[in-house]
This record gives sequence, C-alpha cells and structure tokens, in this order.
Amino acid sequence: MEWECVIGLEVHVQLKTKSKIFSGASTAFGADANTQACGVDIGLPGVLPVMNREAVLMAARFGLAIDGAINELSVFARKNYFYPDLPKGYQISQFEIPVVEGGQLEIETPNGPRTIRITRAHLEEDAGKSLHEDFHGLTGIDLNRAGTPLLEVVSEPDLRSPEEAVAYLKKLHTLVRTLKICDGNMQEGSFRCDANVSVRPKGEAQLGTRAELKNINSFRFVERAIYFEIDRQIGVIEDGGSVVQETRLYDPDKDLTRSMRGKEEAHDYRYFPDPDLPPLVITKKELDAIRSEMPELPDAKLTRLASSYELSNDDATLLAADSDLADFFEAAVKAANGESRLIANWILGDLSSALNRESLSISESPVSPEMLGQLINRIKDNTISGKIAKQVFGDLWHGKGQVDDIIRDQGLTQITDTDAISKAVDDVITAFPSQVDQVRAGEEKVIGFLVGQVMKATSGKANPQAVNNLIKTKLSS
Amino acid sequence: MPISENDVTRVARLARLRVTEAEIPQYQAGLDGILDLVAQLHESVTDDIEPMAHPQDISLRLREDQVTEDDERDLFQECAPAVENGLYLVPRVIE
Repeated sequence: MEWECVIGLEVHVQLKTKSKIFSGASTAFGADANTQACGVDIGLPGVLPVMNREAVLMAARFGLAIDGAINELSVFARKNYFYPDLPKGYQISQFEIPVVEGGQLEIETPNGPRTIRITRAHLEEDAGKSLHEDFHGLTGIDLNRAGTPLLEVVSEPDLRSPEEAVAYLKKLHTLVRTLKICDGNMQEGSFRCDANVSVRPKGEAQLGTRAELKNINSFRFVERAIYFEIDRQIGVIEDGGSVVQETRLYDPDKDLTRSMRGKEEAHDYRYFPDPDLPPLVITKKELDAIRSEMPELPDAKLTRLASSYELSNDDATLLAADSDLADFFEAAVKAANGESRLIANWILGDLSSALNRESLSISESPVSPEMLGQLINRIKDNTISGKIAKQVFGDLWHGKGQVDDIIRDQGLTQITDTDAISKAVDDVITAFPSQVDQVRAGEEKVIGFLVGQVMKATSGKANPQAVNNLIKTKLSS
Repeated sequence: MPISENDVTRVARLARLRVTEAEIPQYQAGLDGILDLVAQLHESVTDDIEPMAHPQDISLRLREDQVTEDDERDLFQECAPAVENGLYLVPRVIE
C-alpha cells in the first residue's frame, strides 16, 4: 500500500527582548543559574505580571508578515500543570483568543511552490530548565529561562514530507530573523520545534492518529526524526496494530523516537483566563504604526536582489536568507560602486568562513562593508592582485588598519614595472628548462606552473595575467 | 450531571491535593453545589452578549522593555529546602 504522511509543526520562537515577558528580569543567555529569575519568574506569592510592550509589537509584526489577522483583543490564559521548572503551577499562555490568527508561508518544493497555512501564533512565557545529572538523585532547577517571551507558531497539517517540513522551518527561521524578533539560535534554544506526525493510506481523506515529536532542535534532526517516525507508524499499522496518540522524544544519538510515558495522564490543562491579566488590546492605529515600520520581507528581498544585481540564483538565495548579510552586501556594493558578483563571492566565501571559524555573526565582523568595498576597488584598479587581496583581507580581519594603509605599509602594490616582471620571467625560463620544453611542445597546462614560479619570485605582487601573457610571448618567439 | 467519586479523585490528582476517602462525599456535595449555580447561569439568554475575559472593562497595561530587576538569588534561596551551585534541588522528575 502507498502511504502518505501528514505533518503539522509547532515552533517556539523566542522573542529577542531585553527583559522577560511579564517581569523586568534580564533574558540574556548564559548567566549563572537563577541570577536572572526574579520574584515574578519564580512564582513568589503576591507578585503580579506586567506585560512587555516589545513582545506585543514583535508578535504583531510577525502576524502582519504572514498575512494573518491581528486580534484587536486577545486573552491570556493559565495552562495548568505541575512541573518543577514552572513553579507557579501554570504557564501563562493564550488559548481561546490568540494574538495572531490565520496566515501562511509559501515554500518551494520539487513540484513547485506550496502554501502552508498557519493556524495561529500566540504569546506565552517559557519555563525554566531541569538538569537531571549529578545531583545525588535529585533534579536541579534553573529558572533563568522562566518567563522568557515565546511566540508559538502553529501550522495546519499541510506538510506532506520531511523535506517540506524542513523547507517550512527554514522559511520561518529566515522570516523571524528578518523581522528582528528572534536571533534564531537553535543551539541556545531560541527556535524550537515540535512536530505532529501521522500517516494514512494515500488518497484517504481522514487523518491518522498522530504522535507529537519533541526535542528536534536542528533542521537535520527534524528531517531524521520525521523519517523515523513515519517508518515506525507504517510498521505498526502494517503489523496489524494501531498508532497511539502520544508524545515521543527524538534521540539524535540513536536516531529514533521513543515514547515519553509518565507525562501523558496529566494532559488536562484546565485553561482559564488569567485574572491577573486583563485582555491585550492592539488598536488599529497601533497596528498601522507597526505596519509602516515593517522591514523588507525575505521573498521581496530575494526578488529585488536577483533583479537589481548580477547574482547567481544560489548567491541571491543565500543573501536574502539573512537580512544582515544582505545589508552588508548592499553596503559593500555601494562602497565599490558595483562588482556585485565579486563582492558576493567574497562575502559568501572568505568572509563567511572567517566568521564561522570564530563563531561571529555578520554584524560582529571586524571587516566592514566599506573595507570590503575598498578592497574590491584596489583589485579593480590593479593596485593589488586577487591573491594579495586575500592577504590584505587577513590583515583587515585582524584589525591592522585600512585597506590603503595595509597595502602601502607592507609594500603590496602590484608590480607594474614591466622590466622587473620581464626579468623574473627570464629567470624562471632559465631555471625550469624541462617545463619550458613541455610548454613549447603544446602542453598549455604547464604555463600555470611557470606563472606560479614567477608569482613566487615576486612575492605575489606581479599581475598574474600579465605574467601569463609575457611567458606566452617569450616562449612563442 | 452530579459529580462522581471518580471526578473528585481526578480533580484532586490534577491539582495535587491529598483527599482522603472520608472527605470525598463532602467535596462531591460542594462541587455539585457550585455546578448547580453555574447551571442557573446557563438558563440566561446570552446569544447577543459578547463574552468577556475579565470582570473589569480595562485593557492590559504594558511596560517598556527594560531590565529593572537585580539578582536576588541569595535572598530567594534562603527559603528553599535544598540548593546547590545556585540551582534549586527537587525530587527527581524523569527516570
């Protein structure tokens, strides 16, 4: 029998505010345990939550970007359950009336674009962290994360393959970063995904029983966890059994999902409107103000980059996926007055690998767009060769000054003195007679070796094209 | 529908309340009374009335996104039964 899988995703987007959703405690990552958990976050009696304006604005910005409806009035509710990482005994979330309802994202699939509907997006507070190791059989609780603002984005079960799930997630990831509402750091848990997965015979209209997969916090794990789960469910059904509705945890080391028994019975959250929090109101006027400040969205950015610059499709896609990278690119092109393809190569090549090596984001790059533009200018006007440019780039990276200072101080200017190059070429021709014979015999490739020797002799400062021409001329005469 | 013994036990378990066998009838009667009151409300015609989420006609007050809280961990942890390396220690929750 041919099977079809049905996937819906719930993504927890951690909003990039400075302070918590309902308290003035810091949300900075990596602080000592419980030093950023105030009375509200740890649920002391007598405290009251006060809503963070920025979190509301971010949620509204997201709603506008997915073409969803922003509810003028939305309601916070208590989701009741007992777990030590949530000391109040309930999580403040939104239930009946979320801040955003409806909306969609378009994804690319091998069969063309598909629209994935978004059911809703609601604001809620994050829970703390439980640490299960090394506490003499006890569990350690760090409440620094408790109260961090989250936007939970729930999709309709519109996804039909693990690849589509990943495409949707990547699209969402790009969007929330472009909107500057989330840093998107999956290692630090700023963008977390649960997947509802079920299977059914192809052509069947009714949905199968679903399992909820948790703990799949990388694009690769999402794909692998869903693949495993589809196979498991088909196996269960083909063996005559039936799929049980349950929560399953993905184990990336063993590449399988396993049932999370124990948390099941308490799935009765008894939601009710939180009496501490009157309804959240977003007026039309406020919404208009948010709309007027919307940044360029990823799809529009891709279209514009692809049409305004000479870029390959791949390069345009990579740049549009990261608005900071795209901004850097456009500023560098402006500084160099063109050369978009060359600049894209530098950004996606040398610059990106240097940033990766030191785990820096583009906004932390020691090389500014203006510096890169200037470097490109010096290649263009033949002051330096592409090879020397890499050396200058290394010096720029290590803060050794501006492009022209580095070139001047280290004497890197390309040798334009033809006599000097000519002498170096003559020396190489004398030093490598057998290679010279090969070239004369028509082995064109060997010219590269001779050019390399001249470049070495001139410490890379000769223009490789000029050297190449000169060798050809000298050997053909 | 009257509240059953099972309902009382279940709600007590969800709320992590220890209710003895002997106390069950008392809670049954009490909860029944509350539900009777709600049943009376059900009799009113509310078709044209918008549901409200809060008894007062006010909207949520918003604060600016600023860090205003200092670290008061030591003070808060004075009343915790067990702490270690700044963590609160609790009975193991997952095997």
